[in-house]
This record gives sequence, structure tokens and C-alpha cells, in this order.
Amino acid sequence: MSFLSIQDLTVQLKNGMPLLRQVSLDVAPGEVRALVGESGAGKSMIGKAVLGILPKAARLTGGKILLDGEDLQTLPQKARRQRIGARAALIPQDPLTALNPSRRVGPQITDRLVDILGWKRPDAEKRALELLEEVHIQSPDRVMKAYPHELSGGMRQRILIASAFAAEPKLIIADEPTTALDVTVQKQILKLIREMQQRHGTALLFVTHDLGVVSKIAQSLSVLYAGKVIEETTVENFFASPSHAYSRALLAATPKYTDPEGSLTQVPESVIAAVEAEVAAFDDQVKAGSRP
Amino acid sequence: MRDARGHIRRLPGLRLWLSGGWLTFLVLAAVFAPLISPHDPLAQDLFAGRLPPFFEQGADPAYLLGTDSLGRDVLSRMLYGARLALIVALVAGTLTCLIGATLGLIAGYYRGWADLVISRFIDIWMAFPPVLFAILLIAVLGTGLMSVIIAIVVIDWTRFARVVRAEAMGQGAMDYVASAQVAGRTRFGTALTEILPNVLPTIVALLTLEMGIAVIVEAILSFVNLSISTDQPTWGGMIAEGRTSIYQAWWVLVFPLFALFLTVLSFSQLGEGLKDHFDPVLR
Ligand SMILES: Nc1ncnc2c1ncn2[C@@H]1O[C@H](COP(=O)(O)OP(=O)(O)OP(=O)(O)O)[C@@H](O)[C@H]1O
Ligand SMILES: [Mg+2]
Repeated sequence: MSFLSIQDLTVQLKNGMPLLRQVSLDVAPGEVRALVGESGAGKSMIGKAVLGILPKAARLTGGKILLDGEDLQTLPQKARRQRIGARAALIPQDPLTALNPSRRVGPQITDRLVDILGWKRPDAEKRALELLEEVHIQSPDRVMKAYPHELSGGMRQRILIASAFAAEPKLIIADEPTTALDVTVQKQILKLIREMQQRHGTALLFVTHDLGVVSKIAQSLSVLYAGKVIEETTVENFFASPSHAYSRALLAATPKYTDPEGSLTQVPESVIAAVEAEVAAFDDQVKAGSRP
Repeated sequence: MRDARGHIRRLPGLRLWLSGGWLTFLVLAAVFAPLISPHDPLAQDLFAGRLPPFFEQGADPAYLLGTDSLGRDVLSRMLYGARLALIVALVAGTLTCLIGATLGLIAGYYRGWADLVISRFIDIWMAFPPVLFAILLIAVLGTGLMSVIIAIVVIDWTRFARVVRAEAMGQGAMDYVASAQVAGRTRFGTALTEILPNVLPTIVALLTLEMGIAVIVEAILSFVNLSISTDQPTWGGMIAEGRTSIYQAWWVLVFPLFALFLTVLSFSQLGEGLKDHFDPVLR
């Protein structure tokens, strides 16, 4: 059974404009699922819906989110927060804004252990030191006392990874965790995330728009366009024979080292038009009531 | 690059020392006014009227900064005036800060209807001309120390509320706030650990600025005879009295004015210096 199961999730802006259109996806325990799609497709919105941090302007208007088999929407607010906190964590995109600039690094990691697991400070500090070592940070005791701005971007992302894994969540949502880093650091961070994910047996929902990354880390993937899942398959199948025309175009537009020319191709207009039409047809069906 | 940064960094230190130095001196002077005042600030001596300060011809060494037209010692009156100025600065500044910053934090972080109500109030409040508003309030409340403090708080809370609201809104959109919430931290807990520490440097700067403003407002109200009762010496009162005899005895006006100027300047500079000092990124 999957650890995270999203069923027909619909998120709309207050004015009724849909951001997610009946999204369904599953992540099994220990599985890595990639979530790909162009900018604005709603990838982050899925993560936010699962973690209960949707922006004020957006509202969950339909569907279910099951975390470890439990429907989060039926829980009262406080219980829901506790469940999410205990079972899921986030590795955010931008390590610059993901650490509080006015607090030292140490307490920002230990806070979670205190908040989620109810640990005492000294125990939490010991554990935080171990975690920092686990993400290959040298002299962790010095880093614990540092302010975020004293550390490099890669270092900060390591800290965020450590703190995401701190309370041993069963699900981690990584929202483009390497986009803000330079290429050499990206590889190290990617390797680190995979290593941590395998060691801890965590289910991972990995948001990215880089198909090259997908092949390195994920077993399955969902392709999102305009808040709608247009393809859902295993990574093997996807790279061998993507079934949706948009997926094929996306794959063709991905830069390959063997074919630098390929990196300049774009998704053709005709493919965009076709997938837009598909989304519009879906919206009409919803309006006509032939879909719930 | 490095040199330029080092140069900029040295300035706040000096600023802090100068402004902090003057304010410390002022606090000591105010606290020990009864001990160090050479004369009773209210004692009139009509035979010693308009004596010039020590560096002018015809000065009396017993009256270091001279006397006013009623023969009252200017230095002693300034020392006692500092007491009132500082009490108003501390009490009114702190209360204004607490009320304004709390409302701003609620509006900026919790948003929703609380924000609607508070923002509307701020808009309406800002439409009143502050000095007229103050005079009106004193007219209703009656003169006295409490009234002055209440007037300042009632008028100036918007200064804090507006700025803190904007900053809290910006902070609320940050990923670390989202992360804290995912970890199950309550809204209130998040406000305390994630928002407040980042807004604090601004609040501190505003607080000291507000203390300076409180001193000015008190002086203005004294100047138009609406502040504390007339037999308590205040800087604003002295300036008002000195104005009538500016050509015969400029010192009655200039010394308290200078003290007022230095104090207000020091408060605002202290705020800027502290802000840099509190900000971990600039530090
Ligand atoms: N606070 C908000 N208010 C209104 N609309 C929003 C808000 N946040 C996001 N959106 C809209 O929701 C849609 C999905 O945004 P989302 O951030 O999930 O995209 P994404 O797939 O993560 O893109 P990216 O790759 O750029 O991160 C976008 O069209 C965006 O304009
Ligand atoms: Mg995103």
C-alpha cells in the first residue's frame, strides 16, 4: 500500500480558477517518485497541499490526501498538523530563504525534534550533531552555532536535508532542491539526498523540471501540465517510450551530452496546443457535470 | 570590496557610542537631579534675573548657565526638565511600541479580517494631522503627565503598526515559516520564533526613534502650554518662556533647545546603530 496517496485532488484560487485538476498520484514506502512539469504547472502546489501549507489565496476544493492510509482532510486542524509533522517533511527549493536568518542553525534543527518528537533540548542537540555528520558537514559543532548567512548555499542545503530527515519522517517532499545551486554542488546534493533516502527508507516525492535528474534518482514519475497529470508511469517506461505527445516532446527537449543540439529544441507549438485543448476539454467535462 | 565594507562597518560603532554617551549622561543627570542641581528649579530671585551664562560678562558663578527673567537657575531647570523628558520618552515610547508592534504583527502575520480592521484603522488614523490631534486629545483629557503619554500612544501607534505589518507580511511568505508550520509549530509559536526575531531590529530602531518623537511632542505641548502643569520645569516650557526674552536673555531659550536637539538626534542615531547591531546579516 502506498504511503502517500493523492486522489482527485483539486485546488482552486478563491475566484474559482483551478490550479490543480483532479490530480492523483501515489508514493509507496521507500519509493522515489518524480514530479515533472514546466514552471507554473502546479508541482509545488501539490507539495503544499500535502503538507498543509497552501497559500491563503488557494483552497482545496476536492479530492483526498491519504497519508499512511489516513484521510488528512477529515482530521481537525491541530491533529492534522501533528500527523503531517510526524510523517512528512520538506526539503525546499531555495536554501537562502529556508533558514531563518536571525537564528543560529542549531536551534533550527533541534526545534523539530522538540516540536515533533517532544525531545529534551540536550538530546535533540546530540542528535542534530549526528545528523550534520551524516550529511557530511565537517566540524558540525561550529556549524550549529553559525548563522545561515555565514554558510555557503551547498552547506545550507545540507543542513536543510539533515533537518528534513531529523524526525525520521516516512515521506519527504523535495521541491527542486538543487535548482538554486551551481552544477557541481547540485550533483553532490542529489547524491546526498539519494543516499539519505535509501538509508532511511523514506518515500520521496521529488519535484523537478530536469529529466536528467529524474533518471538518476526516481523509480516512477508523474508529468504535470496546467495542474493536470497527463502521464503517470515508471521511469524505465517513460524513457523507453513516453505515451503522451507532450512527454515525448519534453524528453526531446531535454539536453543530452551526446547531442548538444537537442538542448535547443523546444516543445513544439502543435503539441502545446493539443495538450491545452485536452485541459480545456477536461474543464468542460467538469462544468457539464460528467465528471465529479 | 573588503576595505569599503570595513569602512562602513566602523561608522555605526561611533554613532552608537556618541548617542549612547549623551543619553547615558542625560539619564544620570535626570536621576540625580535633586543631588546635583545647584538651586531649587522653582526658586525665584528677582534680584538675580537674566544673569548670563558663565562665559559672558557679568555672570554669577553660582548660576552656571544663567537665570531666566524670574531669576530661576537655567541649569537646575534643565536637569529637572530632563526627568520629565525621559519619563515621557520611556513610558510613551514603550507603550506605543508594544501596542503598535503587536497590532502590526497580528495584521501582517494572521492577515484575514484582523488585518482588514487594523489596516482600516491605520488609514483613518493617518488622515488626522498629528499635532492638532494631540492638542485636541489634551483638551479632552486635561493637562498632566498621563494625558501627554496617552496622547502620544494614541497618535503614534500607527507608526509601528504600519512598518511591522509590512515586515511581518514579508516574513510570513518565507520558506522557514512554512517549514516550522509543517513541523507542527502553532501559528503563535511561529510568530514568536520565526517572525518576531526578524522584525525585532526594525522594532528597536522604531522604538528609539519614537522616544525622540515623544520628547519633541512633549516639548511642543509644553510650548503651547498644554503639557504638564506650569510649575514643573520642562524643556518645552523653558523654550516657550525663553522666546519672549530672546533678545535680552538668549540662553534661556538656546540651552534647553540644544539639549532637546541633542536628545532627539541621539535617540534616532541610537536606533540606527542598534538596528545594524541586531541584524545578524549586517553584523
Ligand atoms: N500565492 C499564490 N496566489 C495565487 N496563485 C498562485 C500562488 N502561488 C502559486 N500560484 C499559481 O499556481 C500555479 C502553480 O504554481 P506552482 O508554484 O505550484 O508552480 P510550479 O510547478 O512549482 O512552478 P515552478 O517550477 O516555477 O516552481 C501557478 O500558475 C501560479 O501562478
Ligand atoms: Mg515550484
